[in-house]
Amino acid sequence: MNDGKKINRIDSIFKDYVDNKFDYLRMIMKMSNEEIIKDLMDSGLKGRGGAGFPTGNKWKLAAEQPSGEKFVVCNADEGEPGTFKDKEILLKVPHKVLTGMTACSKVTGAKRGYIYLRWEYKFMKDDLQKSVDEFNEVLKEMKIDFKIYIFLGAGAYVCGEESALFDSMEGMRGEPRNKPPFPTVSGFMGKPTVINNVETFATSTMILSFGGENYAKLGTDVSHGSKLFSISGDTSIPGIYELELGMTLHEFVEKFGDGDTKAVSVGGVSGALVPRKKFKDTIIGWEGVPTGGAMILFNSTRSIYRILHNYLDFFEEESCGQCTPCRIGCQQLKKGIEAVKKGEEDPSYLDTLANLSKVMNVSAKCGLGQSVMNPVLSAVNNFREELIY
Amino acid sequence: MKKIINLTIDDQKIAVDEGTTILEAARKSGIKIPTLCYHEDLCIAGNCRICVVEQENMRSLPAACATPVSEGMVINTNSTKVRNARKFLVELLLSEHNADCTACVKNRHCELQTLAEQNHIREHTFIDLKDDKNYTIDKLSPAIIIDYSKCIRCQRCVRTCEEIQAISALSAAYKGKDMKITTFFEKPINTVVCSTCGQCVAHCPTGALTEHFYIDEVWDAINDPDKHVVVQTAPSVRVALGEEFGLKPGTIVTGKMVAALRRLGFDEVEDTDFTADLTVIEEGNELLRRLKAKLADKDESVKLPMVTTCSPAWVKYCEHAFSDLLGHLSTCKSPMSMFGALSKTYYAEKFKLDPAKIVSVAIMPCIAKKFESNRPEMRASGYKDTDYVLTTRELAIMIKQAGIDFNTLKDSSFDSLMGVASGAGLIFGNSGGVMEAALRCAYMIVVGKDIPFEDLSITPLHGSEGEIVEMSVKFTGTKPEWSFLEGVTVNVAHANMLSNAYKIMEEIKNGTSKYHFVEIMSCPGGCIGGAGQPLPTNKAKRTARKEAIYSGEKLIEIRKSQDNPEIVNIYDDYLGKPLEEKAHKLLHVPGFTPRKRY
Ligand SMILES: Cc1cc2nc3c(=O)[nH]c(=O)nc-3n(C[C@H](O)[C@H](O)[C@H](O)COP(=O)(O)O)c2cc1C
Ligand code: SF4
Ligand code: SF4
Ligand code: SF4
Ligand code: SF4
Ligand code: FES
Repeated sequence: MNDGKKINRIDSIFKDYVDNKFDYLRMIMKMSNEEIIKDLMDSGLKGRGGAGFPTGNKWKLAAEQPSGEKFVVCNADEGEPGTFKDKEILLKVPHKVLTGMTACSKVTGAKRGYIYLRWEYKFMKDDLQKSVDEFNEVLKEMKIDFKIYIFLGAGAYVCGEESALFDSMEGMRGEPRNKPPFPTVSGFMGKPTVINNVETFATSTMILSFGGENYAKLGTDVSHGSKLFSISGDTSIPGIYELELGMTLHEFVEKFGDGDTKAVSVGGVSGALVPRKKFKDTIIGWEGVPTGGAMILFNSTRSIYRILHNYLDFFEEESCGQCTPCRIGCQQLKKGIEAVKKGEEDPSYLDTLANLSKVMNVSAKCGLGQSVMNPVLSAVNNFREELIY
Repeated sequence: MKKIINLTIDDQKIAVDEGTTILEAARKSGIKIPTLCYHEDLCIAGNCRICVVEQENMRSLPAACATPVSEGMVINTNSTKVRNARKFLVELLLSEHNADCTACVKNRHCELQTLAEQNHIREHTFIDLKDDKNYTIDKLSPAIIIDYSKCIRCQRCVRTCEEIQAISALSAAYKGKDMKITTFFEKPINTVVCSTCGQCVAHCPTGALTEHFYIDEVWDAINDPDKHVVVQTAPSVRVALGEEFGLKPGTIVTGKMVAALRRLGFDEVEDTDFTADLTVIEEGNELLRRLKAKLADKDESVKLPMVTTCSPAWVKYCEHAFSDLLGHLSTCKSPMSMFGALSKTYYAEKFKLDPAKIVSVAIMPCIAKKFESNRPEMRASGYKDTDYVLTTRELAIMIKQAGIDFNTLKDSSFDSLMGVASGAGLIFGNSGGVMEAALRCAYMIVVGKDIPFEDLSITPLHGSEGEIVEMSVKFTGTKPEWSFLEGVTVNVAHANMLSNAYKIMEEIKNGTSKYHFVEIMSCPGGCIGGAGQPLPTNKAKRTARKEAIYSGEKLIEIRKSQDNPEIVNIYDDYLGKPLEEKAHKLLHVPGFTPRKRY
């Protein structure tokens, strides 16, 4: 059994600790590039978009690329079902995101920054544009050679994947690219690019104002700091909460569950569907089950079959369709669980499907196809009867 | 100097240049990693995932074709994990696929089928998805058929059309389970910007893209006692056909090919090389006429550079993409269409045959010729000039159907009247050949002497595939009637692949082109790399065919088109003067057809 942390609410993202919202920027611009990188490294911050790449490292890699055109891109595609925190950040504290992007531009030498805003968030584009304009004005006044633009996406989940996102920005069909090269070497327009999640940029700003070591005091050795959780499903208190990392799922469910929680989708549809019996053993974080922030709670009235079917519906639609394991694998998984449910296939076919999902996990071209395994394996291993009967 | 990277593949230590992929490194050491979406002519897609391998200390399996080597990498291409993944991947592809192999054109030549065999597929692990797919077949084009039920979405065709031809008539549409390869608004391919070059067909690993077959129609004609069936064979067919019968690429099989055609029952076997010579005369004269009009008579309405029109896919592309520059196109028909028109006029008259009963068949390395033969412009004889166009591959099928043992055939030679050709006619098969032949001809007309190259071989034009090759020719010692060309340097260029044509045409459009004469061929390397040639297509084969053409030319005594006795004859006897009267009516198109850009 794991000794997880107690639930600990933090308020770093949505609260301002300065008198003027541009004070973060003024302060950070006084830091040297080395100090900025060091703070981020010390903080242990890992990307908040889901993949968890150490942010300081990412910036450093891009900074080390030969000078020339470089870009900073903020991933505001927020397409993962069950996630809604980036929207809130951009609505409430856009200056923290813009400041984080500017800090990144300072370190890397990028002269342009883009916010890739998901199509469904276009209602907020005008307001965000106002904030960006105001911010760009201040950058100009401070003689900082960096300008931020908003790019409106076109509504495909896969375009949240960083390289598909670049394709989309370049006016092409959004299809994940081969890696390597990684974005820090060849990203938007084939130039070195740092792409981070909205929350990652906002958190960077706060780390740079609190100090990396201070930030690292929160959380665990592997999952530092705090992060935003988008909590939905069978809970009486849905919403966005900033929590210190390191709690167990048990702690989490005690606080947010409705007393009858059967399973939690940790990380949205592409995360694991953790059953009750594992709540106590599961730390929410890189040492346990990681999450980009989506936490969907299900109580015992919910059918795991229907949940999984719903997820697979999503995947077979939202796969870009280019690679074999993902395009066809998703269809087979959905057809497969339907066939078992109807009795057209033997229950042992579930094991074939579990193997299929493992093959998808190791052979799919991008994170989408690779992560389909997470809910499938959890369901087959923990809720087998529900899939059969 | 490139950095050297050391790695281990299947326990072999290997050192390769930085930037090499795992696939290339493995191939260098004799380790075969299966591929499907990979094609050496195209950029890397990395979408089929068949080439996955295991890398030590890595959770996921990298795609060998898309992953560069790194120092100390340890790769296993044949672990249980790899074999299981590959097998599942092939089975997944098959579950979406109409695997009716025995009724498929690609039977025994299909890369998917080969993978199924190699991966020991003996059952259907997964559920059949075909019925949900509403697959259709697009048969409306005279050139290309798309059977969507055979498409594995590898996007080779998409990359071919974009990278080689810069057209993008085919692209991926929709996403997820609905993702498919299709045309603009899913319109039939004969109604979109497609040039009909067929390169997508040549690069498709399955039976999804094929030429439109006319084998049965040709058999019917041959077997119809009322019909007189004349066949012509293009220059590049004779250096490729042997491949279909196990011969090395570049084997010249002219004699066996003619013998086979006779055995198949064609009434007359003639040579497209003859009309290639005729094209040289007409086009050479057209060029000189344009040069005179522009340089001597200062007629600004005359367009230079003049661009060749032997390649029908190029002509169609130009009609779509540069419809306002059609004045630059030579009005000469292609050798095939000149032959077609003459087969129902000159030939019919000479042999006192009723042209209505003549069926004119062309064996071509090309798929676009099927489109060309169906153009309304190609009816100068009053009939359809060329009734049926068969690819090199279709001819091979007919030979196999007829049970002919090709390799033991005794050589036979072409019939006369339109069966003799100069070396200049033969080199039409290579990119740059038309240019070389035309320069030999024009130089002789203007200067009265052979163009000063050893053996008449204008080697600066023998460029390599995919290059834009430029050359300048200075005329000195011109005959009196061509004195306006004295000391004038004529700039010529030739290129293959429409992506290069695009570059040349953009210059013409912007007024920055320095050329007087340009040759364009649509396919890589010219007709030797045509889409109707034996498959699979690759650079090694194309190079072997190209060399066979140049070495074959050396064996032909007549090297200039105007020295071909049958050419002298046809002008004396029938056509009159180049560009005039009958020649004008039969050998030139009345005009071109501007088309839309999508
Ligand atoms: C299918 C798919 C969808 C994704 N969608 C998002 C997204 O909406 N927002 C996001 O920040 N990252 C998304 N990612 C992760 C990005 O590819 C990338 O890792 C991330 O933007 C990097 O930022 P970070 O290091 O700050 O997390 C997605 C990844 C995949 C595979
Ligand atoms: S895994 Fe899915 S989304 Fe990713 S590249 Fe393959 S088909 Fe596209
Ligand atoms: S495309 Fe290949 S696998 Fe498919 S039916 Fe044809 S030969 Fe068989
Ligand atoms: S048509 Fe052929 S080349 Fe194109 S995607 Fe389908 S299988 Fe691949
Ligand atoms: S025939 Fe040529 S132009 Fe047409 S789709 Fe194929 S590659 Fe493109
Ligand atoms: S051959 Fe490498 S992914 Fe297709």
